[in-house]
Amino acid sequence: MKTEHNNEHYVLDMRNIGKEYYGTRVLKDINIQLKPGEIHAILGENGAGKSTLMNVLFGMSVIHSTGGFEGEVFIDGEKVNINSPVEAMEKGIGMVHQEFMLIPGYSITENIKLNRETTNPGLLSRVAGKKLEILDMKSMNMDARKSLDKVGVGIEEWVKVAGLPVSFMQFVEIARELDKENLKVLVFDEPTAVLTESDADRLLETMRKIASEGIAILFITHRLDEVQRVADRITVLRDGQHVITKDTKDSNVNEMANLMVGREIKMTGESRDNEGSKNVKMRIRDFYVDMPGETVKGINLDIYEGEILGIGGLAGQGKIGLANGIMGLYKSEGNVELDGKKISLNNPEKSLKQGLAFVSEDRRGVGLLLDSSIELNTVITSMQIQGTFLKRYGVFTQRDNKKIREHALKMIKDLDIRCTGPSQITRRLSGGNQQKVCIARALTLNPKVLFVSEPTRGIDVGAKKLVLDTLVQLNKEYGMTIIMTSSELAELRMISNRIAIINEGKLEGILPPDASDVDFGLMMAGEYHKQKGEGVRADG
Amino acid sequence: MDKVKVYYNKFGLPRIIIISFLLFLLIAAVMLEIPISALISDALVRTGMNGILVLSMVPGILAGIGLNFGIPIGIVCGLLGGLMAIQLNLYGFTAILVAVLISLPLSLVAGYLYGLLLNRVKGSEMTIATYIGFSIVSLMSIGWLVLPFTSEEMRWPIGTGLRTTITLQGRFERILNQWGAFKIGDVVFPTGLILFMLFFCLLVWLFLRSRLGTSMIAAGDNPKFATASGINVNKMRIIGTMLSTVLSAVGIIVYSQSFGFIQLYQAPMFMSFAAVAAILIGGATIKKATISNVIIGAFLFQSVLVVSLPVANKILADVSSLAEIARIVISNGIILYALTQIGGGE
Amino acid sequence: MDEKLKIVIQEDSLGTKIKKALVSNMVTVFFVILCIIGYYYSGLTFGFLLNDLITRMVRNSFLVLALLLPVMAGMGLNFAIVLGAMCAQAAVIFVTHWGVAGLPGIGLTVLLTTPIAILLGYLTGQLFNKAKGQEMIGGLILGFFSNGIYQLIFLILIGSVIPFNNETLVLSTGVGLRSTIDLKDGLRYAIDGAWTLPFTTAAMAFGGLTILHGIYRYIKGLPSLGIGPKHKKYLLSGASGAALIGWVFYIQSTSSFVNLIKVPMVTAILIGLMCVFTTYFSRTKLGQDFRTVGQDRHIADVSGINSDKTRLTAMILSTVFASWGHIIFLQNLGTFSTYGSHEQIGFYSVAALLIGGASVTNAKISHALLGTLLFHTLFIVSPLAGRNLFGDAQLGEYFRVFVAYGVIGVSLVMHAWRKQIEGKKRLSQ
Repeated sequence: MKTEHNNEHYVLDMRNIGKEYYGTRVLKDINIQLKPGEIHAILGENGAGKSTLMNVLFGMSVIHSTGGFEGEVFIDGEKVNINSPVEAMEKGIGMVHQEFMLIPGYSITENIKLNRETTNPGLLSRVAGKKLEILDMKSMNMDARKSLDKVGVGIEEWVKVAGLPVSFMQFVEIARELDKENLKVLVFDEPTAVLTESDADRLLETMRKIASEGIAILFITHRLDEVQRVADRITVLRDGQHVITKDTKDSNVNEMANLMVGREIKMTGESRDNEGSKNVKMRIRDFYVDMPGETVKGINLDIYEGEILGIGGLAGQGKIGLANGIMGLYKSEGNVELDGKKISLNNPEKSLKQGLAFVSEDRRGVGLLLDSSIELNTVITSMQIQGTFLKRYGVFTQRDNKKIREHALKMIKDLDIRCTGPSQITRRLSGGNQQKVCIARALTLNPKVLFVSEPTRGIDVGAKKLVLDTLVQLNKEYGMTIIMTSSELAELRMISNRIAIINEGKLEGILPPDASDVDFGLMMAGEYHKQKGEGVRADG
Repeated sequence: MDKVKVYYNKFGLPRIIIISFLLFLLIAAVMLEIPISALISDALVRTGMNGILVLSMVPGILAGIGLNFGIPIGIVCGLLGGLMAIQLNLYGFTAILVAVLISLPLSLVAGYLYGLLLNRVKGSEMTIATYIGFSIVSLMSIGWLVLPFTSEEMRWPIGTGLRTTITLQGRFERILNQWGAFKIGDVVFPTGLILFMLFFCLLVWLFLRSRLGTSMIAAGDNPKFATASGINVNKMRIIGTMLSTVLSAVGIIVYSQSFGFIQLYQAPMFMSFAAVAAILIGGATIKKATISNVIIGAFLFQSVLVVSLPVANKILADVSSLAEIARIVISNGIILYALTQIGGGE
Repeated sequence: MDEKLKIVIQEDSLGTKIKKALVSNMVTVFFVILCIIGYYYSGLTFGFLLNDLITRMVRNSFLVLALLLPVMAGMGLNFAIVLGAMCAQAAVIFVTHWGVAGLPGIGLTVLLTTPIAILLGYLTGQLFNKAKGQEMIGGLILGFFSNGIYQLIFLILIGSVIPFNNETLVLSTGVGLRSTIDLKDGLRYAIDGAWTLPFTTAAMAFGGLTILHGIYRYIKGLPSLGIGPKHKKYLLSGASGAALIGWVFYIQSTSSFVNLIKVPMVTAILIGLMCVFTTYFSRTKLGQDFRTVGQDRHIADVSGINSDKTRLTAMILSTVFASWGHIIFLQNLGTFSTYGSHEQIGFYSVAALLIGGASVTNAKISHALLGTLLFHTLFIVSPLAGRNLFGDAQLGEYFRVFVAYGVIGVSLVMHAWRKQIEGKKRLSQ
């Protein structure tokens, strides 16, 4: 192998790929080479640049509408310009999507042959052109059958997709890509995320089989054991940078975890030692949340009074679901107690009334009334829940504009919200200032426990620090218990007392902020207990 | 230049067109020596008589159900109230008061049921509301034939059922218009009518500044935000729908007294379109509306209609339909424009 | 593993099958019952009803069929076919003015109408692409709006700006058209009258065709989209054809009024061709694109189907077909109201389609034809039934209008409701 690395033939060669969005660099000097029949895994945390890289490869419009990208892409040694997903398809690049691109009302055949239908000339097509040629269902069915057989699915090709089990849809997706005759590179985007273990095994098997036919596979995943099982080589991305590419056999799960997370932690200097208290403020038992894409499947967790608890984990594992479930925004089940009192679930009003407050991860969707003023945004929840900022006339009420204005001005000063005044509408604020308005709204409630989800998402570096400082300050000065959920491990480690890692809807473990990168990496990949468990047994 | 652009965007193309059109009509009217004072009097009356119907759009828009094409539901309740007042042989302000009081519980119940329905069809409210409105109007057409009203004034002298138009002469015709009316030059100011309209505008304004009103606006503006703030979005939508229905019931009573007739059968069919068009002309969108949109919109729209009729008649002899055509084109044109501004439905 | 891969196709018992069919076709069943009751109380003879019905079917079916393509493309019920009707009506007015009669007149009308209909369809499509998700209310309002423009042209501009000298058509003032236009010396029955056959002969021919169709299906095995265990539908075709022929023989042996009924064959054939075209179209590549866009615009775009363009095509086709349908409608009507005839077209056609069992997302030829049949049966019998039952014809009239609006309202509600429930289900999966 090693001898021929210089004159090797690459089916896909992406060279020095870089990308900036509005001045923020998200990709820098990424190199990926794929040999025919190779399975190449791409590893990285959320935000490491995996999806941007795929967007570049598929010529998605988000790339082109924001000024294109740097670097070059070669297919079979030939430089290509891919401007749309359709062009990518024509060039022989296919993708098995995480969210299925299937039409439920269509048969499997129709889905496999979508916009690539085989047609026969008919009566009208001779005058009105190719578009009016008649579909040749017979040959389409035969093609579909062939591809389905390739992935080893015995299901009838004329069955409708609606109602098929999830794993079948995945295989139909694969079959569709295989049906494309010139397929050279197939991208699998987190393909096993939705599958049961045995189905995932089958999928890996199928991947090997496809690769053995000479098709190169890009395998995007966070399941390190799967990588070890099927991938020939791995490439690790971190913060938009190419960390390393190496043969899988020269690496191991520990190393991969370390490479994925590894970065210098900028400790803020002040040691975030536990503030002493071990009083349980909130007790969470057997907690389930039905939040699409972020399902929580039974979490047990204690939150101590006056601490900042970080919640981390990869996207889609359920860390976001926890706070949303407790606040009653998604259907939940289980037992949550605050100061020993049970919290009524599935009722946002009661959650708020019992002294919880929430800064949502979806700032513009859930967090703000974008066309209303800063002052109204700040007080509205408190007005609704606690009846504050109102003048009362018997049963009638009116907003107390004077009080609202005073309070808003105080919040603007305290949180340093940059605006033209309290009556400015929030749509016109920058991301960081919008976030501060969300925090101001939560603080107006005087909560006993504050949930903050992804507080720094989509805001610039300077503002990030300000937001985090605000949280620390609230925690120190008012002793507020804060639960911060974030995809950025670095910021969790910066301000939390403890960090809970959620994996596959369950609590994987709790680590101190200064635990090693390997431990964090393994926990996030769900490998911690397997690895450590074996380690213990080996040692003992 | 930039300032011009800002104003342009704030004002919107349709309003610029309509205001220019109105100015053009006014200049034409002056040149054709049509008495302006009569036109102004007329415009004031028609603003007042349509005002509350236009106002009924506000709670619907703010609660998030969009343009409430379903106000015929409330209108029918208002008409029932008016008919009951005649049936009870009442006159003057008592008649109006009783008509409103009778239509109130009817429209509250109808609005509640209608609100329940709209909660089940989120996203398609406007199309459905239109057909619910049409259905109610044609159902009530059967109702007008079979309801056991006995007053001679209302029934056809021969045949069954109620008349298509029932005169209010001597009952409560124009009594709001005439209350406290005064003249400035030749312009008659319908004090009672305008005050009545402004009173209802004030009520709605106060409601919107209350806790409930604030919650309703939040629910309409951003349902997810509202839910996260402990607001029951469906309940707020029902409250908005009920308010809208009640206001349209009151609106039709005011309209009828000013018009001098109660119009039954197919007449309420397209009334929602005029109200919708007026508030859009006033600057509202499918998501945002204010009291000033109501007043400005009602006045602008009705003024165009009032002025275009005599002007058209003078220019083109015997073509009285031009004003009607202008109404159709303007009202439906502005609604179409508003629909394209929603944002592609993506 | 392979056992798990088998999807079991459940065979329902006959009882549950009938129950399911009744529930899913509730609207249609309800209207069948309504029509039977109405017919019973109207006191009409069968022959008279049939005669009236054939006239109305011939008049309206084409228009209803024009609604099918937009439904396929996911644009819902196209209330904007009013625009097609309008340009057909405009063309008919001009052709009448020029005095071109008979089939040449129809030819000229089609030539005039089609380009305008294409243009209007294009503009409608553009509008709908700007107001996605609001197509139905948009179409409705667009219909009203263009009616205003239509009135402006024919009530104000004709005679004043557009030179138009015709005493029979124009009002005495010289400006604007009269409110009714008589096609007696022009296009009336130009298509209908071209070739008529006695009903019995036509029915016999139709029965024969149905049997042939059954045989064709049997020999060929249906190469339809839903390959799979097709039921023995060819038997149904054959049996119904034979029954029809048998019945005709029986009728011929009596002196029933039915023997005197004539069927305008050319129009019937045109409607038949439209059905054939729609079926053919649904099996073409473009038809498949329509369906894909209708099912999921996003997936269509990602797979390289230009959804906006496809939607434009659907609107253009629908508008053109509607305009042709309206020509058929007008020549059959003979006299029409200048400012009213086109207005109700959209609404009546949509109601008919829905009564036939169609929904906002699923409409078939059978829905269109059955719906037209039921809707117009109701049209014929309800005033008479109203008079006989309640002593007031007006009541039946209002009832019919209510039913038409109501059925549109209810089916829109059902659709939106189902969508909401499905949305919730998808989220909780």
